[in-house]
Amino acid sequence: MWGFIGRRIAHSIISIIGASILIFVVSRLSGDPAALLLPADAPQSALIAMRKTLGLDLPMWRQYLMFAGRAITGDFGQSYSWQMPALMLVLERVPATLQLALSALLFSVLISVPLGILSAVHRGGWIDTFGKSFAMLGQAMPGFWVGLLLILLFSVRLNWLPAFGSGGASHLILPAIALGWYPVAAQMRVVRSAMLDVLESDYIRMGRSIGAPERTLIWKYAFRNAAIPLVTVLGVYFASMLGGAFVIEVIFAWPGLGRTVVDAVFARDFPVVQAGVLFTSILFVVANLLVDLSYGLIDPRIRHHD
Amino acid sequence: MTDTAITIVASAQPAARGWVSRLRGKRLPWISLAIFALIIIAATGGEAIAPHDPNELNLAAAFRPPSWESGGSLDYLLGTDNLGRDILSRIIAGARVSMITSFYAIVLAGGIGALAGMVAGYFGKFVDTLIMRIVDIQMSIPALALALMIAAVLSPSLSTVIVVISLTYWTWYARIVRGEILSLKERDYVALAKVAGVSTPMIFFRHLLPNIMNTLLVLASLQVGQVIIFEASLSFLGLGIQNPDVSWGLMLADARNYITNAWWAITLPGIAIMLTCLSANLIGDWLRDTFDPKRRQL
Repeated sequence: MWGFIGRRIAHSIISIIGASILIFVVSRLSGDPAALLLPADAPQSALIAMRKTLGLDLPMWRQYLMFAGRAITGDFGQSYSWQMPALMLVLERVPATLQLALSALLFSVLISVPLGILSAVHRGGWIDTFGKSFAMLGQAMPGFWVGLLLILLFSVRLNWLPAFGSGGASHLILPAIALGWYPVAAQMRVVRSAMLDVLESDYIRMGRSIGAPERTLIWKYAFRNAAIPLVTVLGVYFASMLGGAFVIEVIFAWPGLGRTVVDAVFARDFPVVQAGVLFTSILFVVANLLVDLSYGLIDPRIRHHD
Repeated sequence: MTDTAITIVASAQPAARGWVSRLRGKRLPWISLAIFALIIIAATGGEAIAPHDPNELNLAAAFRPPSWESGGSLDYLLGTDNLGRDILSRIIAGARVSMITSFYAIVLAGGIGALAGMVAGYFGKFVDTLIMRIVDIQMSIPALALALMIAAVLSPSLSTVIVVISLTYWTWYARIVRGEILSLKERDYVALAKVAGVSTPMIFFRHLLPNIMNTLLVLASLQVGQVIIFEASLSFLGLGIQNPDVSWGLMLADARNYITNAWWAITLPGIAIMLTCLSANLIGDWLRDTFDPKRRQL
């Protein structure tokens, strides 16, 4: 068990280091990284000083080590459109992204779990057909378009919910639905097939034969076991929502990490882009790590032997 | 995601069963094929069938609703946008970008991924560890984040979009092909070819590649929808296709600015994306069930 945890953590660290190498390489694609890290009107002297800080006359691997060293101490440079350290800015925006991703997760679970269970219980019935069609459609509709349609319907036409910004719960509803839209289909399929497996099992048949009420059997006994594969999928989608909320955050002007990075790309505020992308990758890797580690906790039958 | 999840036993279908007999058993997804054929026609012969030039401005006809609404005209079947450009012609023109992007991105991603997976699976040991570690690292950076980063450094264009998408999707092919090669390379005919002195590239292309072709085809068809959505997202953000080229994502980005005036400008390009992805996914599902029934869970 401990060996597994140790190996898994080591892999995650290697992944983060790899991500930082990739970010470093991409930043050097432009020819003059010093110019990227400074505002367009920076004086020549600042440019020369920045080239020295980056060590552009040194071999690549030493430049990377310098970059990594600065990254570890949290020094990604100064954001020139927000006038504050890039890392501070990025850290400030993380809670909003987490809030949005958690709400989206909640939405996707609220829809996919009942729909998946009902599809399995009434296999082949109209609700199963509806679920299948819903899943097919769901996977063909980009989340950002769903977001636009929601704005069109609920903000423009019906005027029920605000179209953008942040504030109370009402501001969260539309972006959460748009972000949680895509995972619904996959989660529903997982719940459905897991439920079908469990409903065939001996202990459910046993329960049925001793006259346990069907409702108790389905929700209390069957779903608990069917929930195990669901948790895995939830974790994976949560990680991808943390790393994929860019477009949704832009559409709804949500003040999270994603929108900040997109804004920074257009402002040519490279220090923020760098810090934001690295931080997004770290969130993504850590979320995936936690999913893997949670297997053993959720399902006592799974033990990681060495 | 563990390696065990993708270690899949290679297909052992008898070679005698040809394509035709295999195709006959399954119901063809006719509607999807028809929609997809329409999109391909639009992508290849767009100018000939489009009623207007997609970039033709006509401010007098701005915000014309679709023909079935009051105020609409048959001249602009699906209405016009804020500059009086014909939506139908722009949707037809957008099909080309979607098809070009997905074709090149998938060929590139499939080529790189299949080669990497074959090399990793065939040579094993250090090479395998190295390649699969690179795959893991690549997968640990969210695709859009990487795309944003690249867009921040290079100027966005069709070719940047293709490169970014291939960089994102090659890992899929690498993982799955590696799994297949691991079992294929233990087969007698590979061992015999080696003993007979067949060169390694020859073994790769004559003996291994034909055996993973079905898998590649199925994977590629299942990715068309995802690639189209990815391109639309990038273009929507302004980091993909640039004006005056036409892309469905770009149309949606424009339409967002006047969402209160023209509902059709924001719904119709999205419907084009949805129909394309839906038909591609259904065709992909059918191909998978027909050629690779063991991979139903993909």
